[in-house]
Amino acid sequence: MRSPSSSMGRLAAITATAAIVAAACGSSATATPTAPPTGTPGPSGVVSSPTATPAPTKIGGSVSVLAVWGGSEQQQFLAMIKPWEDATGVTVNYTGTRDEPTVLTTAIAAGGSSLPDIAGLPGPAQMIQYANAGQLQDLSSALDLPSYKANTPASLVDLGTVGGKLVGIFLDVSAKGQIWYDPKVVGDLSTTAPKTWTDFQTLMTTDASKAADPWCLSVSSGAASGWPATDVLESFVLHTQGPDYYNNWWAGKVKWTDPGMLADWQQFGQMVATSYGGANRILTADFSTAGDPLFTTPPGCLFLHEASFITGLGQFAKETKLTDYNFFPFPSITDQYAGAVEGAGDLFGMFHNTPQAASLMNYLVSAQAQSLFVSGGEFLSANKQVANYPNAMNQQLGAILSGATSFVFDASDQMPTAMQTAFYKALLSYIQHPDQLSSILSNLDSVQASAYTTQ
Amino acid sequence: MDPRLGTALVVLIGIPAVLVGYIFLSEQVLRGVPERRRGRVRPWLWLAPMLGFLIVFLVYPTIGTFIDSLKDQLGTKFVGLANYSFVFSDPDTLGAIKNNVIWLVLLTALTVGLGLVIAVLVDRVRYESVAKSIIFMPLAISATAASVIWLFMFAYQPAGTPQDGTLNAMLAAVGVGPVPWLTVSDFSFNTILLVLVMAWTWTGFCMVIISSALKGISPELIEAARVDGASELQVFRRITLPLLMPTLFVVGTTMVITALKAFDIVYVMTNGNFDTQVIANAMIEQLFTNGDFGKGSALAIVLMIAIIPIMALNIRRFQAQEEMR
Repeated sequence: MRSPSSSMGRLAAITATAAIVAAACGSSATATPTAPPTGTPGPSGVVSSPTATPAPTKIGGSVSVLAVWGGSEQQQFLAMIKPWEDATGVTVNYTGTRDEPTVLTTAIAAGGSSLPDIAGLPGPAQMIQYANAGQLQDLSSALDLPSYKANTPASLVDLGTVGGKLVGIFLDVSAKGQIWYDPKVVGDLSTTAPKTWTDFQTLMTTDASKAADPWCLSVSSGAASGWPATDVLESFVLHTQGPDYYNNWWAGKVKWTDPGMLADWQQFGQMVATSYGGANRILTADFSTAGDPLFTTPPGCLFLHEASFITGLGQFAKETKLTDYNFFPFPSITDQYAGAVEGAGDLFGMFHNTPQAASLMNYLVSAQAQSLFVSGGEFLSANKQVANYPNAMNQQLGAILSGATSFVFDASDQMPTAMQTAFYKALLSYIQHPDQLSSILSNLDSVQASAYTTQ
Repeated sequence: MDPRLGTALVVLIGIPAVLVGYIFLSEQVLRGVPERRRGRVRPWLWLAPMLGFLIVFLVYPTIGTFIDSLKDQLGTKFVGLANYSFVFSDPDTLGAIKNNVIWLVLLTALTVGLGLVIAVLVDRVRYESVAKSIIFMPLAISATAASVIWLFMFAYQPAGTPQDGTLNAMLAAVGVGPVPWLTVSDFSFNTILLVLVMAWTWTGFCMVIISSALKGISPELIEAARVDGASELQVFRRITLPLLMPTLFVVGTTMVITALKAFDIVYVMTNGNFDTQVIANAMIEQLFTNGDFGKGSALAIVLMIAIIPIMALNIRRFQAQEEMR
């Protein structure tokens, strides 16, 4: 086991045993909505040092926003920014794309003038890349920094900081690594959930006859195929080797061929081998339909490992929360790491420091906007003031995040992009060719050797 | 009114006006040139705008790409040939090069071969235009749409559940278990399937060109051969095929280049996973997913160098034909 180096302040901060999102728990049931502060336009129309003003001013003009959302998620996002548009008279030109990296990389390579004012960022690794290219604006002038830091968990503030400058904010967070099940098949486990991996194995053996296979898993997701499998592997790494090892791993300080890694990959291989439909379904079925066999008659599988956003996708979206499906947190594997939680979130950054963009960024992190955003039931907030979750399940998810003994961010999202791509592809190869594990891992080692030097 | 309509109008009227104006201006300039030299200067003046575009949009980016290929990820410092040694050592790109060879041989053979056979066969039937239209039609579908169509054909569900893929549903109807088409990489099976999708779209293109060349062969020649007692097969082998050779060569090189550039079908159907990677997709991945301009540029240069000999061959062939006239 590796010990954390004291020089790694960033890692230490992320693993700090901290309540991440003070959600639910009724401490402050009424979120205090703050009026959207707006920046003061300088003479040239560019904000030089905007001061937060309590009353919204009509600044007019427009702001371009690029994000991944379409459909109902897009509606929810636009509904959230509607009050701000009304208050400031600014028109938001929203563009939804599933291909953010291509759009942003191309615009940056072209000099940056065609970049949107505000954009969702694909992940921390890309955020660092764009910040190093000099295109992401320092948000310290756009946001009311002290209040942002007071309302946001320190680990998320650190994740949005590159070279001492805050360049990314979390619009929402999600808890990853829940185990989903159908209470009508395996019974209500809300009070009797397995606490340890051994208990979980016992439960699977007991219930083996209730479904074709213990697990459901599918990893297809267009050009990003493979990422759903990274979440599973990350759960094994976190709960077997602990948060310090986990953080050293994504930071490139643990070799992929390390015996600990090898064991986690083999554990993942066990799950693949006992998954419904075998490697062929895992590789070809879209991740949104991963859990559909939970609900078939007879059931294809008993359990699904997936992040909280699965409830909006596939068959989950058609079933009823709590009666048709429920979840329990990932059981502990190594006792001392019990209660460790992995999460992720949607990062937003600002490419052009216009008064409109600065004002919108300020509004997005406010309790008012965040309360509106979570009320739709799809999202969990990164703002500690927000507690008005619309249903019991979201409150429970919020409680997992706030009760975490340690919180780590999605490892694959923090790796340099070349490492991340290789990781996705390696998992697909492993699922397809389980016998080639050692060559797959040593290839990842050679990618690791070069991927971290250029960042 | 949409301001873009105004822009469209300006483009529609402006561009021809500028072109006519340029020719008019160049004639004005030529008046200042001595009479006997005008003939030598004029082509260059007329060629100048196109040469300008060629330099700005082709020569300059090519040189820029080559320089980028010698630099690191962000293009900040030179790393020598490191990016090229990556291209020829990484298992993913090595697999891509191997697959591109399969694409090159198989796609060219299939499209030109089938195109020739169909062109010759439909030449002999009355419903020729209908048959040709049907075979040509896939080319009108965008490659992305074609890929989606074939994704539905190849869709796979675990055995025992309803099959929603056309091919697997057909197999199920005759009692055969489902085949996970696109994940079977033994003997490059899935790469071959992707080539078949591309061949489905491009065979019509080859057929149309070969067919029009076929119409250009004088019927008297064929008639004379038949009168001399040649069998149909002999007519085909000794008369038709040699006369079609220049066309087949041009169509063939076009298909070789198309195969080397293969990207969209791979991107949509497998994204290069399951051992189906090709060079163009690896390049896109390096550029846009990994943001690595060095490795992406190196792949682009490798692809370009692979295409140059084919282009050169094509140009030499073209010149030889010009001389024959």
